Amino acid sequence: MINKLVLENLKHRPVRTALSALAIGVQVAMVLTLVGLSNGMLADQQGRSRGVGADILIRAPGSSIIGFTENMPQKIVDYVRKQPHVALATGALIAPTGPLTSVTGLDLPEFSKMSGNFRYIHGGPLQQKNEVIVDEYYARQNKLHVGDTLTLLNRPWRLTGIYEPGKIARIIVDLSVLQDLTSESNKLTVIYVKLDNSSLTDQMISFFKAHGLHDYKIYSMEAFVSAISVSNLPMLREFIYVVIGIGVIVGFLVVFLSMYTAVLERTREIGVLKALGASRSMIVGILMRETTVLAIVGSIVGIGFSYLTRWVIATLVPGSLIQAIVPVWWPIAGGIAIFGALLGAAYPGWKAATQDAIEALAYD
Amino acid sequence: MTEPPIISVRNLRKIYRSGEVEVHALRGVDLDVQAGEFLSLIGPSGSGKSTLFHILGGLTPPTSGSITIQGRDLLGMNDAERTEFRKRTVGFVFQKYNLLPTLSARDNIEIARYIAGANGKSDDSFNDVLALLGIADRLDRKPKALSGGEQQRVAIARGIVNHPAILLADEPTGNLDTENSNKVLGVLRDLNKRLGQTVLMITHNPEAAAYGDRIVGMRDGRIE
Repeated sequence: MINKLVLENLKHRPVRTALSALAIGVQVAMVLTLVGLSNGMLADQQGRSRGVGADILIRAPGSSIIGFTENMPQKIVDYVRKQPHVALATGALIAPTGPLTSVTGLDLPEFSKMSGNFRYIHGGPLQQKNEVIVDEYYARQNKLHVGDTLTLLNRPWRLTGIYEPGKIARIIVDLSVLQDLTSESNKLTVIYVKLDNSSLTDQMISFFKAHGLHDYKIYSMEAFVSAISVSNLPMLREFIYVVIGIGVIVGFLVVFLSMYTAVLERTREIGVLKALGASRSMIVGILMRETTVLAIVGSIVGIGFSYLTRWVIATLVPGSLIQAIVPVWWPIAGGIAIFGALLGAAYPGWKAATQDAIEALAYD
Repeated sequence: MTEPPIISVRNLRKIYRSGEVEVHALRGVDLDVQAGEFLSLIGPSGSGKSTLFHILGGLTPPTSGSITIQGRDLLGMNDAERTEFRKRTVGFVFQKYNLLPTLSARDNIEIARYIAGANGKSDDSFNDVLALLGIADRLDRKPKALSGGEQQRVAIARGIVNHPAILLADEPTGNLDTENSNKVLGVLRDLNKRLGQTVLMITHNPEAAAYGDRIVGMRDGRIE
C-alpha cells in the first residue's frame, strides 16, 4: 500500500519527478564520465606503450610515470646498445604541446624495427624533415587529410601519413628535427630496449642499474604498463574524490529542494496520514522510499548519459579524450546518488514527521 | 443497569500559548456520550468545539481535566500513544474531505486499514456499508473525478473502515450544497441507526445538528 502511495505521489508531479531524476542522472553521469575518462585514457596509454614492442623502458632520473618533463643524453642509447642481450635500443623525445597533447620525435626506421611497421590508413612514412604523421583519432578529431598542413610548435608541417592508433603516440615527427626545434639537441625523454630474450628482463634491469644507470628510472614494459593506473596517480584519484563529493552535494541539493517543496505541498496530506494514525517513522519512510526510487531511476538515467557522453567524446574529440564504460562503477555511482539523495531528504522528512497534525490539516 | 458512557469528559481545559498571550480555548467542559449515540455539538466560531474535536480525536493533549474514551484515559497519553489510539479508536470526517489526491477512492479507504495494521481484504459487511454510502461504483476513481458529496462519503467510509469506537465529524457538510448535505447527513444517521456507530458531529448549522439524537451547545469554551 505504501509503495503504491509512493509511486502515485511520484506520478502525480511528473515534471518535478522527471527533473529530479534527470538532475541525479547528471550527477551519476558526471562521476561515471570522469571515471570512464580516467580508465579510457589510461588504457589507451597502456595500449600505446605495449605497441612499442620493447621489453625495458629507461627514463631520466626524477621523471614520473606519466610526466614527460625530464630528458636525458642521447648517448645513453649507444651505451645501452653495447650491453649484452640488447637486440635493439631506440629513443624518443616527447614535447608537450598542450595539457593532453604532445609531439613525439622518433627515428622512424629504427623504431619500426622494434615495434613492427606502422599500418598506414592513408599516405605513408616520413620522407622529409618538415613532415608529420598522425594516428587516425587525431586526424579524425582535427579533420586532417594527407597533404594538409599542420601548425605544431609554431611551425608548419606537411601531413604525410595517417596510421592506425595504438603506436606509442598520436603525432610523430623526425627525432632530430624535434630536438633542434625544442633546443633539446642530443636529448631523449625515453629509451626503449628490446632484448634477445624477454625472460632476462628483470636480470637486465638489475644489470643496467649496476652498470652506470643507477639513478635512472628503469622499468620492465610490463611493470610500466601496470603502473599506469588510477591508484598510482594520486592527483587523479583525489580529483575523482572531489567529483564524487560534488556529486553528493548536487544530489543532496536536488533532493532537498524537491522533497522540501513536496513536503510543503503535501502538508495537508501529511496531516491526514497523521490523523489516520501514521507514525513519524511511517511518514519519514514514505519520503525516503520516494527518494530512493528517484535516486535509482536517476542512476539508471545517469548510466544512459554516460553512454551518451562517450559517444559525444568519441565523435568530437577522439584524439584528445577516450572514455571507457566502467560497469563496476555503476553500483558505486548509484550508491553515491542514493546516499546524497537520502541526505537531502533527511530534513524535509524530519519536518514532515514533526509537523503538527492540526496545523497540517488546517493548511491551505 | 446503565452502560458507562463511551466518552466521558470532566472539567476539561485547554490553554494555548500564542506568544506571550494565553488563549483559554476550553474552560472546564463536562460531557458524556453514550455508545451508539449521535451527538451534535453546535456553537459559533471560537466556541471551542474544534478544540474539543481535536482533543477527543487524540490530535492534541488537553491541559487539564479528565477524558476517557472507551475506558482509555487520554490525559496521560504521550504522542506515540495518541498516534496508536487514532488508528482504531476514532475515525475522522473533515469539512474539506481530506482525501489523498494521488490515490483512488478504494485506496484512500485501504490506506486507513493499512495504517491500522489490518491485513487482507476488508470484510463482506464493509461492502454493505459501501452500498449504503452509495459509492460502490465510484471506488476506482481519484478524488478529483468525484463530486464533493461523493468525496465526503468516501471520507466517511475511510473513517469507519476500522470499526472505530467513535466517528468524529467536523462540519461534514460545510463544503456541500443542500442536496449533498442531506445525503451525507442521511448517511451518518443511517450508520448510527443501522450499525450502532457512535457519531459526534460538530456543526454551526442548526438544520444539520437536528440529524443527531441530542444537540449540545458550546459557547466561550464551555458546554451551554
